[in-house]
Amino acid sequence: MNTLSAVSRPELEPTIFDLSASGRRATAQAPALANCTVPANLRRRVRPRLPEVSELQALRHYTRLSRLNFSIDTNFYPLGSCTMKYNPRGCNQYAMLPEFLGHHPYAHASLSQGFLESLFELQEMLCDVTGMKAVSLTPMAGAQGEFAGVAMIRAFHRQRGDFHRDEIIVTQAAHGTNPATASMCGFKVVEVPCDATGDCDIEALKRVAGPRTAGIMLTNPSTLGVFERHIAEIRSIVHGVGGLLYYDGANLNAILGIVRPGDMGFDVIHMNLHKTFATPHGGGGPGSGAVGVAERLAPFLPIPVVAKSAEGYRFLDERDCPLSIGRLSGFMGNAGVLLRAYIYIRMIGREGLRRVGEFATLNANYLMARLQQAGFQVAFPARRATHEFIVTLKAESRDLGVTATDVAKRLLDFGYHAPTTYFPLLVPECLLIEPTETESRETLDGFAVTLEAILNEAREDVSRLKEAPYTLPVRRLDDVRAAKQLELVWRPDP
Amino acid sequence: MPFIPHTVEDVRSMLSIIGVSSIDDLFDEVPKALRASFLDNIPPALSEMEIGRIMSDRAARDGHVLNFIGAGAYEHHIPAAVWAIVTRGEIYTAYTPYQAEASQGTLQTIFEYQTMLASLTGMEVANASLYDGASALAEACLMSVRANKKLHQSRILLPKAVHPQYRRCTQGICELQKITFETIDFDPLSGRTSWSAFSSAESAGLTAVVIQQPNFFGIYEDVDALTDWAHQHGALVIAVVNPTSLAVLRPPGDWGAKGADIVIGEGQPLGVPLSGGGPYFGFMTTRMEHVRQMPGRIVGKTVDLEGRPGYALTLQAREQHIRRGKATSNICTNQGLLMSAATIYLSIVGAEGLERVANASMAKTQMLMDRLSAVPGIHFPLDGARFHEVVMSVPVPPERLLEQLANRGIAGGYDLTHDYPELGYCLLVCATETKTDLDINRYVAAVTDVLNSLQAAGA
Repeated sequence: MNTLSAVSRPELEPTIFDLSASGRRATAQAPALANCTVPANLRRRVRPRLPEVSELQALRHYTRLSRLNFSIDTNFYPLGSCTMKYNPRGCNQYAMLPEFLGHHPYAHASLSQGFLESLFELQEMLCDVTGMKAVSLTPMAGAQGEFAGVAMIRAFHRQRGDFHRDEIIVTQAAHGTNPATASMCGFKVVEVPCDATGDCDIEALKRVAGPRTAGIMLTNPSTLGVFERHIAEIRSIVHGVGGLLYYDGANLNAILGIVRPGDMGFDVIHMNLHKTFATPHGGGGPGSGAVGVAERLAPFLPIPVVAKSAEGYRFLDERDCPLSIGRLSGFMGNAGVLLRAYIYIRMIGREGLRRVGEFATLNANYLMARLQQAGFQVAFPARRATHEFIVTLKAESRDLGVTATDVAKRLLDFGYHAPTTYFPLLVPECLLIEPTETESRETLDGFAVTLEAILNEAREDVSRLKEAPYTLPVRRLDDVRAAKQLELVWRPDP
Repeated sequence: MPFIPHTVEDVRSMLSIIGVSSIDDLFDEVPKALRASFLDNIPPALSEMEIGRIMSDRAARDGHVLNFIGAGAYEHHIPAAVWAIVTRGEIYTAYTPYQAEASQGTLQTIFEYQTMLASLTGMEVANASLYDGASALAEACLMSVRANKKLHQSRILLPKAVHPQYRRCTQGICELQKITFETIDFDPLSGRTSWSAFSSAESAGLTAVVIQQPNFFGIYEDVDALTDWAHQHGALVIAVVNPTSLAVLRPPGDWGAKGADIVIGEGQPLGVPLSGGGPYFGFMTTRMEHVRQMPGRIVGKTVDLEGRPGYALTLQAREQHIRRGKATSNICTNQGLLMSAATIYLSIVGAEGLERVANASMAKTQMLMDRLSAVPGIHFPLDGARFHEVVMSVPVPPERLLEQLANRGIAGGYDLTHDYPELGYCLLVCATETKTDLDINRYVAAVTDVLNSLQAAGA
């Protein structure tokens, strides 16, 4: 048996239901008793299974659970394509002022001027950052921003009487959300490959672009961690056949203040405010997927959009925007996230935005150089890294039998969150590494040294990696069992 | 440099290890012609203190408003402990729990949440959240098409008494996949979905019907009859529910003989502040037979290689990062933090606390109605039994009343004239457990006062 498995690990926490005792409750939170006036035939007969715990028990339980997580506040998170940068606390504090928290989305505009002014200015600033002509803040995550973007492309073609364009082109390296979005919008997905240097295969693109092309979805820098150098050519090919260019803003952090999607010729873009503009990921959201468009797509933006007039700020709705693709949420997207992004941009200012792109790129290129020195193979050694880069363990996998998953899991033992693994799918055994601009040189050095040590471990005894992690609350989990013997809700022991 | 830790010496030595002389050299693959000019419309940086002052001033301008609007977003008391825990860095700044071993806190929280929501709605399984109630309805309609795939066409009955923004959002998202929606009118006396319109709808080739309980007007629908009719005609039932109401109302799993098939709703009432419209979260629950058609993330319990229990994302083959163009939805990042808030909220208030919140809210709305009944020109045109919201008919255009109430620091209701012109001058108003006797008196006095002055001015 491996000695490492004897390492002490954090204790598991029972479920909240295990802590429950019939008749116990947190009385301080309950309003006074009132009679139930629900008609008898509609009244609930059996109480729902909710925990019966004291306030302290609940607080302690969820605090303990939180300590079983990695997070940006506790760990380095070099998670490619996710931009896990510092989420400044000031943004949270000032977005959570009681007046903002208590603000009803349908309150009269005269009660909303402070909120709306912040959203309006955010729209304006995002236009400038991206080089687009108009912005709508309502999409609630990147994938919803993509949906809005592709729906606008569809609406644009239909508005001018062109109903035959039923294909969206995506690159082979695209995020899974791109083809999923195109399908959701009723399009056929056409994939184009990348060439050996990571750029889009132009000849292949020429073959598939045509009268059925509604548009192309691109990330630039691409998910391969390189800047798409043929962007001008792609633009002329796609525009040449009457299609539009969609920019997936997942990697906007790399080029903030350096080059703007609007200047590259994109017609519509989405931004991930929870990546580029430092709003927290919250363990899986909320995000925000604001969309920006060129002039000709502005009438189709999703509503509500904030407008400014002599009387003040107000939301535009169906009556103001008859060609809009409509609503994506019941109210105003993830409004509180938008305030956080607004505060972030105001705090770093115009010079700070440019520094984000610069230092994210500096950190990625530095870490790539360090890892190359340590003997790691990168996917595109002849290229500059952007804000991220790919290490491929193809050789290690062949020679030592070690996989990207093994290395990722072993990193957890040393307190580093794993890089993104097995994405993009076309690079074998890949680690997609994005350090972000908010990490110090010392952190990057520590990470490089650790990764090198793990590679050495693999050379000595690969089984040590196979069974990692050792120091976390649980060892490697049985995913197959999770999917085969579905246990999706808690049940009392029989 | 705000939030960037590099010293001048760091930059120098990092560049030398990379083998370039300046940061600008790192961008030599970006075509020169594309390089951005100065960002003119972005103001220079402010300190945290300076932007803090600006935001505090703006917040003060919006003020502390006395709120009587519901219409899908409800003001409830949130125990202080909820957001004290949720804003801990380990929750607030964690990523989606793909690395299960490093995310057991989030994963177990989702597992507990799934258990609570499944039980609250009377269903078997829940996902880990969708964006909000409105977009959750769109996802439920798309899911019903996948789950009821014996049909060649996709038709869904969507009553007019369902939240108007939910209907707009759902139709906008679903029409791209060629789903058609048929509107069903409501009965103008009771406010319930019209049984005669519903039961005379073309039933052949029907995919699903949507039932909101209580409906947008706060009125209880006859859920048993509607559910049984749908099932007799081979349609699935999509329930749209307010989670607070489920403390006292029969859950969708108990509707009719067989129960609803897919349940969705807006999770905001469970510990999430109003916050200008978001972030909220949508919830979705269903029966085990449909679990593979569900969109979004799902957590399952499993074991590690030593046999210790643990939690992991499961059934990922439904999702976009695996299935790409053939996924059940494009949804990726959703509303994890709000799901955590709801889980903690439900743990603290428990079933009895939630019942008290529901009953107190109903009582407060009744109190509001009783006192408003004495105000000349005001009446309540819909007579169906209701939860904590009511349609109120007023003698002046609602916009003018609401504007004057706003001047008095009161958010006075939701103007129904655009969505329901057939109701005439009507508002939707709501009082939850947060409203005191004095608050209600203040509202009634303000309404009386404004109506008097508007009518005097009009006379």
